[in-house]
Amino acid sequence: MNLTVNGVSREVGSAPLTTLLDVLREELGVTSAKAGCEQGGCGSCTVLVDGEPQRACLTAVGAFDGAEVTTVEGIGTADALSPIQQAFTHHYAAQCGFCTGGMLMAAVAYIERGGTDDREAIQEALAGHVCRCTGYVKIIDAVAAAARGDSFDLSTTASSAGMTNLGGVS
Amino acid sequence: MTQATEVLLPASPDEAVAQFGDGAGVTVIGGGTIVVPQLTQGRLKPAKAMLLSNAGLDTLATNGDSITVGAGLPVHRLAELADDARAVAQCALNVADYEVRRQGTVGGNICCDPGPDAPRGDLQGPFLALDAVARSVGANGETSTPLDEFLAHREGRLLLDLRFERPVASAFAALRYPHTHSYTVLAVTGVRSASGETRLAATGLAGLGARLRGAEAAADADAAGRAALEDVELADDALASAWYRERALPVLVRRVLSELEEAA
Repeated sequence: MNLTVNGVSREVGSAPLTTLLDVLREELGVTSAKAGCEQGGCGSCTVLVDGEPQRACLTAVGAFDGAEVTTVEGIGTADALSPIQQAFTHHYAAQCGFCTGGMLMAAVAYIERGGTDDREAIQEALAGHVCRCTGYVKIIDAVAAAARGDSFDLSTTASSAGMTNLGGVS
Repeated sequence: MTQATEVLLPASPDEAVAQFGDGAGVTVIGGGTIVVPQLTQGRLKPAKAMLLSNAGLDTLATNGDSITVGAGLPVHRLAELADDARAVAQCALNVADYEVRRQGTVGGNICCDPGPDAPRGDLQGPFLALDAVARSVGANGETSTPLDEFLAHREGRLLLDLRFERPVASAFAALRYPHTHSYTVLAVTGVRSASGETRLAATGLAGLGARLRGAEAAADADAAGRAALEDVELADDALASAWYRERALPVLVRRVLSELEEAA
């Protein structure tokens, strides 16, 4: 079977009941989606499947032959952060970073479907994502800013250089 | 992870029925939100698994006052029934979170066993209160039975769809759950049918969802709240003690009956 991962067609040899999370991390080496609770409760494995956010840990890959999968690696690079990554950097919305990949992908989908900077709506959109550092206020600030289309001068954001791998490979 | 020795991928309802056969040894995976973690954790080691994602069971059809919900319909799409059966939409939007509601299916939610640590099967409540008819296949072919009867004998059967008559009014009340988990602690659904019958059902119990028949027969809302406690055995788990649920159930019953009165 094949998956298009971040725009690149990839052949997948894992068995059909293997989770998309294991396929991404173990077979394809795409590691921004994290294995947290592995039962759908923490949100850290969230990726986009055909444009919609989905728990990679709950997804048996055999049912998704031909699907388009987007992860953090597909939305920006260290040299060219996507708007949501810039917003997370500017608002210091990442602490340990473990939940950040899932938060980013859920936020991308939220903004893509017309989400606004309404804080209650953002909370609802991110309801399935747990931040063990409890950094929710700044995460919501960042998503609201990105939803408004705010622009940022990251050269003035302290320690931004250390955060350019936001939600990325580890 | 242990893999099933055989994985079935039906591409139509007919293929799903044919491949399911008599259901012997077949583990059905709808959206995967319940079964896949069990595979990952090694709690489930099926000899044969059927992935229903592409089987075309994700239908939602209205025919006059009759509404049919396919077993493969993602939970979030029940929100489309807000004008037809408000409680169904309310209950669906109370399930877990945005992503899980898109991935989980009506059939998976209806058919799941009670969780080991927390109640599951939120949708059993509204569909029991709606007196839904479950169409399923299995060893004795296709049958259509009341949902409570189906639930009691669902082992070895593949749920195809649920059919119910549009109610005059419906109401849903649940204990709120915190951000840190996604399980409904306790919920009550009420339905006022076209014939004037009031039906109540609850989830968050020690077992499957159940009708509150004693409460339905009670003279008033206060009596219904008390009677509900005789109708069911309450869960006693990590989310809430049975003691707590015992105090909350009458409140939810009264709230639902009050909403039904207002809507009528």
